[in-house]
Amino acid sequence: MDLRTTYLGLALEHPLVASASPLTERLDGFLRLEDGGAAAIVMHSLFEEQVTLEEEMLDHYLHYGHESYAEALSYFPRAHEYRLTPERHLNLLARAKERVSIPIIASLNGISRGGWVEYAQLLEEAGADAIELNLYYIPTDPALSGAEVEAMYLDTIRAVVESVRIPVAVKVGHAFTAFAHFAKGVEATGARALVLFNRFYQPDLDLETLSVVPTLSLSRPYEALLRIHWIALLYGRVGLELALTGGVHSGKEAAKGFLAGAQVVMMTSAVLEKGPGHFRTVLEELKAFMEEKEYASVGEMRGVMSYRKVAEPAALERANYLRVLGSYRLLP
Amino acid sequence: MGMLPGYTTGDILHPEGRYGGKEVSRMRPIAVDGNEAVARVAYRLSEVIAIYPITPSSPMAELSDEWAAKGEPNLFGLVPRVVEMQSEGGAAGALHGALQEGVLATTFTASQGLLLMIPDMYKIAGQALPGVIHVAARALATHALSIFGDHQDLYAVRPTGWAILVSDSVQAAQDLAAVAHITALKASLPVLHAMDGFRTSHEVQKIVPLSDRELKALFPFGALEAYRRRALTPEAPVIRGTAQNPDHYFQNREAINPYYLRLPQVVAETMEHFAQVTGRRYAPYEYFGHPEAERVVVVMGSASLAVEEAVEYLLKRGERIGMVRVRLYRPFQGEAFLASFPPTVKRVAVLDRGKEPGAVGEPLFQEVAAAFALRGGEVPLLVGGRYGLSSKEFTPAMALGVFEELKKERPRHGFTVGILDDVTGTSLSYPQVDFEDPASVRAVFFALGADGTVSANKNTIKIIGEETPLYAQGYFVYDSKKSGSRTVSHLRFGPNPLNKPYLVQKASFVGIHQWSFLERLPMLEVAEEGATVLINSPYPKEEVWDRLPRPVQEEILRKNLKVYVVNAYELARRVGLPGRINTIMQAAFFKLSGVLPEEEAKARIKKGIEKSYGKRGRSVLERNFQAVELGFEAVEPLPIPGRITSEKELVPPMVDHPPAFVREVLGPIALGLGDALPVSAFPPDGTYPTGTARYEKRGIAEFIPTWDPQVCVQCGKCVLVCPHAVIRAKVVPEEALAQAPEGFPHRKAMWKELNGEFTLAISPDDCTGCSLCVEVCPAKDKQNPSRKALNLVPRLEVREAMSRHWDFFLSLPETPRAGLKLHTVKDVQLLEPLFDFPGACAGCGETPYLRLLTQLFGDHLIVANATGCSSIYGGNLPTTPWSKNKEGRGPAWANSLFEDNAEFGLGMRLALDKKAEYARELLKDFRQVLGEELVERLLAETGPEEVGKRRRDVAFLREKLKDLADPRAKDLPAVADALIPHSVWIVGGDGWAYDIGYGGLDHVLASGANVKVLVLDTEVYSNTGGQASKATGLGAVAKFAAAGKPTPKKDLAFMAMSYGHVYVAQVAMGASDAHTLKAFLEAEAHRGPALLIAYSHCIAHGIDMAKGLDHQRLAERSGYWPLFRYLPGQGLFLDSKPPTLPLREYLYAENRYRLLLQTHPEEAEAFLKAAEEAVRARWERLSRMAASKEAVAS
Repeated sequence: MDLRTTYLGLALEHPLVASASPLTERLDGFLRLEDGGAAAIVMHSLFEEQVTLEEEMLDHYLHYGHESYAEALSYFPRAHEYRLTPERHLNLLARAKERVSIPIIASLNGISRGGWVEYAQLLEEAGADAIELNLYYIPTDPALSGAEVEAMYLDTIRAVVESVRIPVAVKVGHAFTAFAHFAKGVEATGARALVLFNRFYQPDLDLETLSVVPTLSLSRPYEALLRIHWIALLYGRVGLELALTGGVHSGKEAAKGFLAGAQVVMMTSAVLEKGPGHFRTVLEELKAFMEEKEYASVGEMRGVMSYRKVAEPAALERANYLRVLGSYRLLP
Repeated sequence: MGMLPGYTTGDILHPEGRYGGKEVSRMRPIAVDGNEAVARVAYRLSEVIAIYPITPSSPMAELSDEWAAKGEPNLFGLVPRVVEMQSEGGAAGALHGALQEGVLATTFTASQGLLLMIPDMYKIAGQALPGVIHVAARALATHALSIFGDHQDLYAVRPTGWAILVSDSVQAAQDLAAVAHITALKASLPVLHAMDGFRTSHEVQKIVPLSDRELKALFPFGALEAYRRRALTPEAPVIRGTAQNPDHYFQNREAINPYYLRLPQVVAETMEHFAQVTGRRYAPYEYFGHPEAERVVVVMGSASLAVEEAVEYLLKRGERIGMVRVRLYRPFQGEAFLASFPPTVKRVAVLDRGKEPGAVGEPLFQEVAAAFALRGGEVPLLVGGRYGLSSKEFTPAMALGVFEELKKERPRHGFTVGILDDVTGTSLSYPQVDFEDPASVRAVFFALGADGTVSANKNTIKIIGEETPLYAQGYFVYDSKKSGSRTVSHLRFGPNPLNKPYLVQKASFVGIHQWSFLERLPMLEVAEEGATVLINSPYPKEEVWDRLPRPVQEEILRKNLKVYVVNAYELARRVGLPGRINTIMQAAFFKLSGVLPEEEAKARIKKGIEKSYGKRGRSVLERNFQAVELGFEAVEPLPIPGRITSEKELVPPMVDHPPAFVREVLGPIALGLGDALPVSAFPPDGTYPTGTARYEKRGIAEFIPTWDPQVCVQCGKCVLVCPHAVIRAKVVPEEALAQAPEGFPHRKAMWKELNGEFTLAISPDDCTGCSLCVEVCPAKDKQNPSRKALNLVPRLEVREAMSRHWDFFLSLPETPRAGLKLHTVKDVQLLEPLFDFPGACAGCGETPYLRLLTQLFGDHLIVANATGCSSIYGGNLPTTPWSKNKEGRGPAWANSLFEDNAEFGLGMRLALDKKAEYARELLKDFRQVLGEELVERLLAETGPEEVGKRRRDVAFLREKLKDLADPRAKDLPAVADALIPHSVWIVGGDGWAYDIGYGGLDHVLASGANVKVLVLDTEVYSNTGGQASKATGLGAVAKFAAAGKPTPKKDLAFMAMSYGHVYVAQVAMGASDAHTLKAFLEAEAHRGPALLIAYSHCIAHGIDMAKGLDHQRLAERSGYWPLFRYLPGQGLFLDSKPPTLPLREYLYAENRYRLLLQTHPEEAEAFLKAAEEAVRARWERLSRMAASKEAVAS
């Protein structure tokens, strides 16, 4: 059975990839993911805001209370240099590249155009095999239209693609009015892959303190359905590789992903819950499925359940919708 | 302007760069302070450096630690081992040990620190070991502590056998530091090198640095080899440090004489060699003046530069006068000293920066007098006098006064100069003469500590001093407050050398960086005619003139001042640096002063910013760059109408009907005008009234809390956490509010047991705006959850009404203590605090514990306070927060030292007990007069709850005894107060409890005495700027632990628990206020010693102080700071739940831990693992103890 695949031009032993997670915040996390059987690793994101925030905090605390009182002109030793987030991140990436043999895809989450390009180049220099742009923007301004947001996204992607030599993937959330159209736009920028979909931190309300608290719960398998659905819709219709991320917990979701047309399937929540060795488990489950269905390779099963042969996927979708509604009516 | 002679610009030794960079024969000048100048030499010439923090020498130790953490090599290519000790005594011991092993060793200290080194100093000198101590000379604690400069500490060690070299300037401090190290080796004797604390140690000056090549050329490698051969080694064993008997000790003591006879010659030779290598010439005794002078002044240290100016001035007027500068004070080489005088000398005045009460003259005078007497022949008329104690200004004009005195027929001996002594009449008068150089720019800046002005000014000096041919000098004056503090920067720039060891006397530029100062301080007094004034104004320029107080307008018109304005706060906000006006004001200064052409100035400021802030990231740089541009653009001239339009007078420093002493003595001190106070104003024994901080309404907060009674749940948490006691609560009868001013907020009290109205008041002009209260407030408005019961509003909008409310609140009766449940926070909020408005940092984590202490036990409390933050915000004049109730009772407070506080408190306890015992004995003798019943009541054991009754009985006793003639009837009332229960609390920080005072603390706890110890644990030496103590956590970055503290926090609680009889509690108010309260009450109730270790968040943790309580909670939840109580006889109660928060989420919320991630990421990771393990292990041990109730876990 041939599990080999390529993603972003990188040759992978199999199509299961570790998506961005806190595991890569330490070097041993990379090693554990490789040992656990991941075929490639997406490193946790370099957040431009975090970089700026860290700089500001450092500046603030190195200044706070200084030169105010004769006995304590400062409260911290002067350091020769500060290795701030970008440098630490890049160092970790470079060290990880030395230690693991599987490809490492750097992830970047910027806010300014300058930041996107600068950090993308730095990640490339540090040895990233590819870059995943994590486009996470909550358009709260009522004056801002969807078209403007999309144009902003595409503009950013293009700027990065033009500034680096390594392949670029784009990770987005699903909240688009016309996602297929947007995907075509991404294709036109020169990006190589689309990663579907980001999961968002959902603010919760604390009923005790009447305050807003950020939460992030780990994904559940049902969440894979939305992604599988969109991969099936896009496969073969856009010139982009499609990566499934979100809700993959077992070989089942993985198999569905490939059948829908995914180039690779990514996992985080299940790995955080069960440990990096879970890659091997899912791979075994995938193999068992392929054996049962007699698929000789991933390539053979990829996209067989996509909608590319359907002339009007929307019509098909609407029909399915009606069917679901009908099934509810039949319930006792 | 041409280049200054003596340097080339080709090669630069970057001030922060590697030593031993590219060598040049003359180094390019740098602008550094005395501490850095000395440390750069000491570090390079040392292999072992033992350190301990003490002002003003700490920066020398800090720099050494930073350089070592960075891997900076010394002159011999080795990174010196820098080790922090537990006290200066410890540092001296380590120094002595290192010297036994033949290594180059040094330490840095001052004042009390030097005193603690004395025993080792005798040993080191007695064993002819070449150690070096660099001292930033400082006053000694006598009637009061002073951190400022004089020579009392040097004089205290003059008999130890150390050579003493004294520097007068930053340049000399660097140069003589080298001479000290070289002399020690060559003469085989230890050398103490001193510069004047603050005046030299903290003055930033343009100096020529010493290169590695120069140091190598000077270094006596041969002597080093000889010294190394004396090292202890089992390969050639010897013993050193024997005990000796009467038959031979004396002779052996004399055997070292040749070393001392040789040393002055070694110094002279070394100085000569130094001149050959560097071109800078020094001599042990230097004469300057008329070759046939008749009147000569002898002086040592920085003041000699002021005398020199006076000599120049008088020489120009043809006077036959001169001066001798003493650089080598020990051994005092009489012959060389006398040889420096012209033979014509008839009268000599010796100036001493010290005081030796009861001596025939001060120490330098004694030396000079003895030298002349020993010479024989005609001895000139000799007088001596004191000047400059505790950095008191000493100006050339004062030196003129001394020369003038020498002219008199009978010049006074034992005079003082620089003060007005109206008690014993010692003070000399002196003329008002302007010694400023008209070719120089003299700038004085008045600013808030927090606004970055001093940093910017230091940067300006670097720009001008290092990158232009101009000379530059800066000296900075800070007040004693830690929140809302005032800084005054004195800067001089000019084409001529600026060796002026005194404040700017006449300013050509005055920067007023804080508008509110205009209402209080007479800042324009220093401005010369036609000077430029720059005001940071929150008001548009059209409004500025009318808003100025009348005296300010008058002075502007009278002196024809050119005034400019800029709204720097607004601009700072605009560029995203709120509150940081430094860069904007710096740019405006450059624009107005014209020191550099505008474009060049901009470029150089930006370069300076890059150097200072570049490491902190791009965004920070960009914001500061923007600020530079704005500063140049936005400054505008103020239109001056030419007439006075204001009727506003300056606000007095003390308000609310201060008593005369507060108004007339403490008031001027608060304004920075204490210099004008005469000797008679002061209590000779240094005893001051309490309750004085309340008169000093500083109005420093921009935003303050206001109270919404409808939302409030009356829980009392805000009152409990307020570090400055500006939030108070009372429950009063409704009728008491009849006269309440309009809008006075109150609401029905939500107590079962209390009827009446609950009211909460906030003092708008005492609040520091820290917002801890708002953070802790749990009550939210149900209609608008973003509002709480306390909400911040701009102070100026509400201060008038709130001040009225506050005054009325104070006039309301206190809630009766009887009936209150003292174990509940809700009830404790109603107790009157007797510790209010400390000038601690806004949001201080220590002061809430002290305020609580006074609420609970204040009217019968005696506090022994270790030196440190708490003794500074508690006892640094002008005012004190320790206060009294309406009956005039309150905490009595005293500070002895840093190291002896536990013993000091124990002494108080022993004395009280003894007095009570004696009083009880006497009572029995007066049974008949006093009546059986009263005597029996007074003899009965009583606790704190009976204090009121006992007070009444003691008053009866006094009344009954007052007319008796029996002397014992006089003595009994004198000791009768001891019959009232007293609570003795020993208070201090972790530097005291864990390090320097630990031996004493341990002993006092072991003694079983009934004393209570409160350790305000900030986990660093906060007062001296955050040096690591043994309380510092593993992996925390602190000064002296620049690479992260490699060992875990010492477990003081376990150590105390091991005795079994000590009550021990670990508390954190932010984690549980109720637990804290319980521990205070249990500690007080325990009949024996008690130790409370209180988590005190601190500015040195690198946190948002408004969130201090959250950090305390995180510390507890992560298991780092479990709450527990150990009750003797009952065992341990572990009051925290098992940790639920990963340790990293606590640690990395604080800059002190996060910094290591940013400087040493790999080490940080390892430290975190070790810290997690240590927390886990400690939790397990505590759990086992709590389960088994044994004293110490097996």
